[in-house]
Amino acid sequence: MMLREPATYERRLLMRQHSFGILEKLWQIPWLFVLMLCGVAAVGYVALYSAGGGTPDAYASKHALRFGFGLVIMLSLSLVDIRVIARFAWLGYGLGVALLVLVLVHGNIGKGAQRWIDIGPVQLQPSELMKIMLVLGLAAWFHRASWERVGNPLFLIPPALAILVPVALILKQPNLGTALITGMIGATMFWAAGVRWWKFAIGAAGVGFGAPIAYERLHDYQRARITTFLDPESDPLGAGYNIIQSKIALGSGGMWGKGFLQGTQGHLNFLPEKQTDFIFTMIAEEFGLVGALGTLGLLALVIIFAMLTALRCRHQFGRLLALGLGMNFFLYVFVNVAMVTGSIPVGGVPLPLISHGGSAMLTVMMGFGLLGSAYVHRDAEFAAARE
Amino acid sequence: MSTARKEEEARRSVFTRRALLLGAGQLGALGFLGWRLNKLQVEEGERYATLAEENRISARLVAPPRGRVLDREGKVIAGSQLNWRALIVAEDARDVPAVLDTFHRIVPLTETERARIEREVRRRRRFIPVTVREFLTWEEMARIEMNAPDLPGISVDVGTTREYPEKEHLAHVVGYVAPPAEADIGEDPLLELPGIRVGRAGIERFHDKALRGRAGSIRLEVNAVGRVIRELDRREGQPGQDVQISVDSELQRAVRARCEEGTSAVVLDARTGEVLAMATQPSFDPNIFNSGVSSAQWRSWTRNRQTPLINKTTNGLYAPGSTFKMVVALAALEAKVCTPGERVFCPGHYDLGDTRFHCHSRYGHGSLDMRGAIKYSCDVYFYEMAKRIGIDRIAAMGRRFGMGVDLEIELPGTRRGLMPTRDWRTSQGKPWNLGDTVVHGIGQGFYQLTPLSLATMTARLATGRAVQPHLTRSVGGRPVKGVRPEDWPSLGIPERDLRLVREAMWAVVNEEGGTARGARLPGGLGQLAGKTGTTQVRRVSREQRERGFRVESMPREWRPHALFVCFAPYENPQFAVMVIVEHGTSGSGAAAPIGRDIMIDTINRFRQPVSAPPARVADAAPPPGGNQRP
Repeated sequence: MMLREPATYERRLLMRQHSFGILEKLWQIPWLFVLMLCGVAAVGYVALYSAGGGTPDAYASKHALRFGFGLVIMLSLSLVDIRVIARFAWLGYGLGVALLVLVLVHGNIGKGAQRWIDIGPVQLQPSELMKIMLVLGLAAWFHRASWERVGNPLFLIPPALAILVPVALILKQPNLGTALITGMIGATMFWAAGVRWWKFAIGAAGVGFGAPIAYERLHDYQRARITTFLDPESDPLGAGYNIIQSKIALGSGGMWGKGFLQGTQGHLNFLPEKQTDFIFTMIAEEFGLVGALGTLGLLALVIIFAMLTALRCRHQFGRLLALGLGMNFFLYVFVNVAMVTGSIPVGGVPLPLISHGGSAMLTVMMGFGLLGSAYVHRDAEFAAARE
Repeated sequence: MSTARKEEEARRSVFTRRALLLGAGQLGALGFLGWRLNKLQVEEGERYATLAEENRISARLVAPPRGRVLDREGKVIAGSQLNWRALIVAEDARDVPAVLDTFHRIVPLTETERARIEREVRRRRRFIPVTVREFLTWEEMARIEMNAPDLPGISVDVGTTREYPEKEHLAHVVGYVAPPAEADIGEDPLLELPGIRVGRAGIERFHDKALRGRAGSIRLEVNAVGRVIRELDRREGQPGQDVQISVDSELQRAVRARCEEGTSAVVLDARTGEVLAMATQPSFDPNIFNSGVSSAQWRSWTRNRQTPLINKTTNGLYAPGSTFKMVVALAALEAKVCTPGERVFCPGHYDLGDTRFHCHSRYGHGSLDMRGAIKYSCDVYFYEMAKRIGIDRIAAMGRRFGMGVDLEIELPGTRRGLMPTRDWRTSQGKPWNLGDTVVHGIGQGFYQLTPLSLATMTARLATGRAVQPHLTRSVGGRPVKGVRPEDWPSLGIPERDLRLVREAMWAVVNEEGGTARGARLPGGLGQLAGKTGTTQVRRVSREQRERGFRVESMPREWRPHALFVCFAPYENPQFAVMVIVEHGTSGSGAAAPIGRDIMIDTINRFRQPVSAPPARVADAAPPPGGNQRP
């Protein structure tokens, strides 16, 4: 048994390596997962149909178009060999950082922050793309790391810098929420790669030390977000208005909701930014707790799929990539829903695949393309890690 | 390879452990969100549902149209007049000052008006209309409509305002309306509506609830900035009910035409107690209260010694003088202190101890029975009677005739008056002297009686029933009690006694020597029975009396009041009239002719069936007296 097992393993590997034809790969694409994504996007279509005032013209049809475009990107990326992706991972990371620099110089300003650049018809938020690229870069770094090297603090300095550089650039925009999320994704990658607990403790201490200093340097609107989060009713017409109205909309939805197109908070404009950040509120108002938990469940399935892919992968690169991408998606969902339920400060984080907006949709679908590739090539053999 | 494999396995197992931990953490976090949603949507759902409804729904009250007040002919005496207003919506006007400039060229605006408009435009949201000008004339409206293209955001709409077509003729009866005071609000949410008016006096006040109606409400859906999206539902209010009163506005005008300043007159239907006319001079125009009373106007009213705002028929207090003698006579008969035929000698004065009371006839009437004493209005006879009866029995009889009691007329603020008694005087800490009783026998002294109560006394004398004066014929088409003579109980005074007194009153007018001989009715109108009265407002001193003073030489405000009460036709009394001319000097000279004229007007007015009875109370209310019998 022990002798035969490697033989079958090698054989299967060899077989896969040589028979990776396009048809075989198409067959390997996780269609169930694609179906899930379509389901989430469909929820988004329905919600945006309602947010647009009962017509697809405002947001929903654009949303469908973007999703179709994103799906093409995702499927295409799924077919790209994971090893090729691993090879160009650092290039992607570099591109992400370059775009972040570009947006600081030439970006458009939204809500007091430089956030996006226009690339033809699409607006791109480099910070969204950066999160994917960071996962990619760190996965590539830790893929080649042996157990001992992961234990070596010096080995951890380059990836730590790889996190800090984009985080600093995003903070400079300034976009506190995305910077924090980016940092958390980086930390997750470190942790999944096997970095020791106590090293995190040091990192956390560093953050704890730096936070007050950072708070000093925060913009007023960012501080307002934190203070209004702590007591939203303190400023019911100002910054707290969004949270209060969102909670009213959610709460008034009740168990079964007010019905499709019947959400009063959304349709009478009490709900701010209902087509973007507060789209989940719209769903919860019109479809109640049932609809909200259903949507959350569907999103959870996507996260679970990413986790299963990570566990299933036979190479560290794929594992870290899938886990990081899953974490990225999870953070979108968690931060957005926590935000609209008044559990954490408002942070301008959209609900991926559901919120109106091209940038998040595109980058998330790109990420799922990479995840798809990791799934399709889950058994791919990498060249032996250099010692 | 083996080392690499082992290495790989180690990495994988660490990864698997940590990935599972992370996955568990993620699911836990999502579970937290689920818990949070459950808390918001289910546990606190109702609270938030209420908040969402409060956000969304704006309830507005709709003012019901105020009911009208109609006279007995159904003529509108308090109605609603259309009030054409120009409004501006800032949102549509865009450049509000420019539009107002243009408006000013078409319909001039004063500086204060303009300041108010601009202030309101600033204060309100841009889609809420602001009143530019009220009470537009047809010409102004036409000019605005013609220039509409140059007046973006200006629109003309119509509201209502209270109108009193009879102006000052019925002001004291109908009363007036005014914006509610702070204290009124809270009692009825309707009163919070802008532009709402409540009755402040008279019928408008007494029947305010019925006239006001009940507010309807509209629930509107509004969006986040307060713009109305749609009407959710509408609960119709109850329009105010019409109130028909018994006053005949034509007769009222005629009565007022007979009255000079300082004169008050009341005409009652003696059988039913319905007030047919009630006039006080001077009066005021209640329409002025609609658009707000200027302080100059208010000053001119309050500084006028003739108190135009006060209804003197219900709020003026006077001594009844000789008009009270019938009541004393009846009290004497009831107390059996004399017989009708018993004669009392009048030497022109009456001595009680060392006090001398004078008769108006300086040289005395000689020997008079009761009929003669009333006819000649002999004071000495009634001094003697009063002494025999005692004040309390006189007062009791006075109260039976409706004096010094609450007559429950539908005019808020009506004075009850004072019918003096021994107890009343004691309560003032003063003793009641026999001299007081004697003086009260001729209707002088502490009496404080309203003309309305004297008119009531006359009606009761004429009919023997305890008729109460009232104004309301129907509310919302439902007739009220008291429009039929049988509704009123008998006074319980023997008809024989009443007949005696009535005959004496007939003699006052129709016999040679009667004090109101000049007040006979022209032929064909039946016969009048009445009684004059002259009440001193200032005591005449003995010195003046001996010098043979002339009243005409006194300043006007010292001269006595002139009173006259009468009923007609004598054989079948239908109308009772009371007239008081303040400082008119002499009842027979000043008041009796007016009383006669008013009676002629009244009889003429109701001799022919002038109108069908009120449409909606056709069966219940008989036509006013007289028109059933040709």
